[in-house]
Amino acid sequence: MNDTAPQPPAGGENPFLKSVHMMATLGGVALAAGVLMVTVYESTAPRIAANRAERLRQAIFEVLPGAEDRVAFAPANEGIERVPEEDEQNAPYFAGYDEDGNLIGVAVRGSAQGYQDMIRALFGYDPVEERIIRFNVLENQETPGLGDRIAWDSNFLESIEGLDVSLEPSEETLRNPVTHVQEGAPREDWQIDGISGATISVEAVVAVINRSMEQHARRLKNSLDTLEEAAP
Amino acid sequence: MSAPASETAQSMDTFLKGLWRQNPVFIFLLGMCPVLAVTNTVINSLAMGVATTFVLFMSTFIVSCIRKIVPKEVRIPTFIVIIATFVTMVEYVIQAVSLELYDNLGAFIALIVVNCLIMGRAEAFASKNSLGRTMLDALGMGVGFTFALLCLGVVREILGSGTFMGIDLFGEHFQPWAIMVLPPGAFLVLAGWLIVFAWWAERQQRRKLAAEEEAVT
Repeated sequence: MNDTAPQPPAGGENPFLKSVHMMATLGGVALAAGVLMVTVYESTAPRIAANRAERLRQAIFEVLPGAEDRVAFAPANEGIERVPEEDEQNAPYFAGYDEDGNLIGVAVRGSAQGYQDMIRALFGYDPVEERIIRFNVLENQETPGLGDRIAWDSNFLESIEGLDVSLEPSEETLRNPVTHVQEGAPREDWQIDGISGATISVEAVVAVINRSMEQHARRLKNSLDTLEEAAP
Repeated sequence: MSAPASETAQSMDTFLKGLWRQNPVFIFLLGMCPVLAVTNTVINSLAMGVATTFVLFMSTFIVSCIRKIVPKEVRIPTFIVIIATFVTMVEYVIQAVSLELYDNLGAFIALIVVNCLIMGRAEAFASKNSLGRTMLDALGMGVGFTFALLCLGVVREILGSGTFMGIDLFGEHFQPWAIMVLPPGAFLVLAGWLIVFAWWAERQQRRKLAAEEEAVT
């Protein structure tokens, strides 16, 4: 790869030739480096894109149990519009359908500041029943063994399943904003279990749900026809 | 030196010194950033070790090839460009192999560029030695680095998560020692290994001295 660098000039002492030699060396190495990097990039890019798509697909089907197919949507004016498959990596909503084309729910992306870094999540929302179906943390840097329980603690995650996120009649805010109780304490339909020692992480999850629902629930609820029509 | 037997012995020594006597982590304390940061599981340690070994081997290979045509004034930028190229390639390949692995290693893959182990071998060894010796040295150092990462990774994963390469070892009643997978755990385990290595080196030296004294008397 480095054949491009010229041999040193025989005299070696001429300052002009010396500069040329230095520039040629750096230029040659940089050129070869660029060619190599582009080659590797071009040959790995399709695999990387496929990996990302597969990860997203798995995450969607995990929060929408029973879903066999999905269609990506994005907000448009008052409602929503379909996002072509090639742009779905950044879409905010994914509608999931079972094998007969019935709408199961909508996977919604959300994020909030956690203890260490942003927590990114995807959760299934049922716009008919106005409930959370399942919650999945996609990325978190929370403390292992404490805060990261939001991603794997089954008691905690189960307490989010079926959570009531219905809007009040004006459709501006949630009827009962989601809150958390102490770990293991009795809770209402709109409350999730806490995790002792990880209050900030739990509050981040609460913020993800409240914020995303206040932002998107009305739009999704009123676009049921669009969602159902889009069934593949 | 000219005899083939001593040449082979010397080659072996060039390779083996990186594993043990000049282990980059336990003896020189080089490349501490990945050593402390990504050794929370065996698989992360192994991936980081292999990635670093690949970059080390390829960069020192190229540096040794072109050592006679690179003017010494621009040798450091040249080395950095070469190292950065291979790091970028590794970054793409890891993403293509497994996104999960890529997320776990995070910024530390890009930071291989500034791993002083690689720069150190390029400058101190590859730019002054023949291709053959450079390759042996790089392999030895790379394997030694990977070995050291694994030493930390195995202890931290077993104590901190109760697993080995993701396989549960102790059943569900085991209370994981969470501090071991947190940053302080890295320092504690590294300190433990340094004690073991220092004790071992001292014992070797004492034995050698004793043997010499015996030979004299």
